[in-house]
Amino acid sequence: MRALGIILAGGNNHKMRELTSRRAVAAMPIAGSYRAIDFTLSNMSNSHIQKVAVLTQYNARSLNEHLNSSKWWDFGRKQGGLYVFTPTITADNGYWYRGTADAIYQNLDFLKRSHEPYVIITSGDAVYKMDYNKVLEYHIAKKADITVVCKELDDSEDASRFGTIKMDDSMRIEEFEEKPMVAHSHTISTGIYVVRRRLLIDLIEHCAEEDRYDFVTDILIRYKNLKKIYGYKIKDYWSNISTVDAYYRTNMDFLRPEVREYFFKQRPEIYSKVSDLPPAKYNPGSVVKNSLVASGSIINGTVENSILFKKTFVGNNCVIKNSIILNDVYLGDNSYIENCIVESRDTIRANTRYVGENGVKVVVEKNERYAL
Amino acid sequence: MRKKEMIAMLLAGGQGSRLGVLTAKVAKPAVAFGGKYRIIDFPLSNCINSGIDTVGVLTQYQPLRLNTHIGIGISWDLDRNFGGVTILPPYEKSSNSEWYTGTANAIYQNLDYIETYHPDYVLILSGDHIYKMDYEVMLDYHKEHKADVTIAAMPVPIEEASRFGVVVAEEDGQISEFQEKPPEPKSNLASMGIYIFSWPVLKEALVALKNEPGCDFGKHIIPYCHEKGQRLFAYEYNGYWKDVGTLGSYWEANMELIDIVPEFNLYEEYWKIYTNSGILPPQYISGQAVIERSIIGNGSEIYGEVKNCVIGSGVVIGEGAVVRDSIIMKDTVIGKGCVVDKAIIAENCEIGENVTLGIGSDVPNKLKPAIYSFGLVTIGENTIVPPGVQVGKNTALSGATVKEDYPNGVLESGETLIKAGERV
Repeated sequence: MRALGIILAGGNNHKMRELTSRRAVAAMPIAGSYRAIDFTLSNMSNSHIQKVAVLTQYNARSLNEHLNSSKWWDFGRKQGGLYVFTPTITADNGYWYRGTADAIYQNLDFLKRSHEPYVIITSGDAVYKMDYNKVLEYHIAKKADITVVCKELDDSEDASRFGTIKMDDSMRIEEFEEKPMVAHSHTISTGIYVVRRRLLIDLIEHCAEEDRYDFVTDILIRYKNLKKIYGYKIKDYWSNISTVDAYYRTNMDFLRPEVREYFFKQRPEIYSKVSDLPPAKYNPGSVVKNSLVASGSIINGTVENSILFKKTFVGNNCVIKNSIILNDVYLGDNSYIENCIVESRDTIRANTRYVGENGVKVVVEKNERYAL
Repeated sequence: MRKKEMIAMLLAGGQGSRLGVLTAKVAKPAVAFGGKYRIIDFPLSNCINSGIDTVGVLTQYQPLRLNTHIGIGISWDLDRNFGGVTILPPYEKSSNSEWYTGTANAIYQNLDYIETYHPDYVLILSGDHIYKMDYEVMLDYHKEHKADVTIAAMPVPIEEASRFGVVVAEEDGQISEFQEKPPEPKSNLASMGIYIFSWPVLKEALVALKNEPGCDFGKHIIPYCHEKGQRLFAYEYNGYWKDVGTLGSYWEANMELIDIVPEFNLYEEYWKIYTNSGILPPQYISGQAVIERSIIGNGSEIYGEVKNCVIGSGVVIGEGAVVRDSIIMKDTVIGKGCVVDKAIIAENCEIGENVTLGIGSDVPNKLKPAIYSFGLVTIGENTIVPPGVQVGKNTALSGATVKEDYPNGVLESGETLIKAGERV
């Protein structure tokens, strides 16, 4: 195998508001049946990268639960497989991961003991399909030290929450600004990098010696002129979910036929952990329009332009519009939900009304549910 | 010595010929049921839920789908270091080689498999019933009564009892008489084809009757044990149990699932039914779709109207199509503008645009009136139905059919149309 994978899934993100108070961004449910990290993991598996390390730290329980078996992504192999690294206290280290570079540094033995010549570094918070081998081939052809996968954003999108990039004609990166106050470029880094394993070890060790911890600022930006860092542009669908609006928009994208065709129909497919749930059930009184419905759901009310994740129960005369109902939510009779994201495992009492007036509202109720 | 207290032997080799074209290419236990399951999922899930982690699955007729479905048993948590699920097809022996000639003969040919686990008890199951049962409770009953053989039995209407093996039991459950498909049943307790044997008793009977042609549990083993004076007990079961051996009962059992609170509830947490369903996206319901009283599997796309249906995974119901009272299995495409009434359409079929299924009067099927009845249209897997044709009731279709096969564009009620070729 030519490359191993590292997925940086440790970050917290206050822009996700209440949604990430329970889970890491990488564990956010996507498109009814998936979690964010499934896209990256499936890309790894479909690119024949058989050894993948997931570095987690913040609120990792839900992510660890999702990754409790590697078989769903076909990583249950004798050689390689899926490794989940959380910070541990050792004789010479008592810190949490202090940054992305530090996270890799604290697991440097994993890199040192591997024999794959290249490393693919990614984040776990984007929805996309990618054959990393294509990036790797580009990386080799360019004789690059580091290749950064980047994407041209639409003018309407806010680039300032990403790292913005300017490249010369040969695609070498000239400018790299991390989360700029004012974005001067609409080309952004997707957080996917290709680098030679030996070089990565050197860079990370050097970083650690200088007490620097961040991969972007302390390696990409700092070494910008010293190393040959190239950009690899993608045109396909790529969406980062790490704000509430972006998360909402990414999910709603799946109501578009071309997005469903791309992710659900075209090969290679996206894998996820299988849950043993019965098919969705539509009782008398259910009216469902332009919506995605995941398995285990039971619908008695009206659902429009919405996404129902697994095991949603929609009571009689409920109306759900333009909303995302996460896993295992019970909506009591006559409730009205519009423009909302309802947190998973919630119980919405009968006759409740929630409307996101100015943008999307995140609904978190902590009602006890009594078993039926 | 490593051992298992009880192992299960699951008979899954039968064709189930009464399901007609549905089982032309797959064994009955592999036929889809309830949107995402296959019939064999029910006994397999019962096993693991009852704490039985060693299951031999005896296959013979068209086993490919069954083998693929079961794999190494991951879906049912039956991938074990010791035990787990094992597929047992007939095999060549040094002295002879024969097919499984009967239910008991199949077990006899796998004595070695059973001996590997040194079981105290052996549970015999068949792969063609829909039910939830805790076999551990049945085993407790077996032990409590110091039985040699325990037969699960359920009360059925007396007029139907002659279709089954009937047991006549004393007050304490001991069986005084066993009648196999009797014309005049003496009791309404029907054997469900689920037996627990104390292993030495079963082994002795299998060896004693090894030369019996077509050796069968109901016809030979049970009467043999009874005559030898062994302790046979009836374990009365009163829950939901459905034999889906005919198209009518198969259709009915599926339709019962769409009741608001069905008698057989798949949504219970307590007794989950597991299946190997693959990793599928959620289903998409379009702005024009109308859905009433139906269950729909993952990855399906509904653009038309669906009423009282059981729809499998990856099915597409085209715009303007109306599908009522039907069972549509995995990956089948119903074209735009179709009208489908009371049909069973197997996996991966293509129904062309503006096809009408289930018209006309209830004329009995000319070829196999006993099989294709109940007013159903039955379509075998990988069938292609060309656009615009009409099909009557009590009909059966299979293969790559073309317009010319339908005189004046109509396949009248009671006709059968079996062609070569299939949808890729």
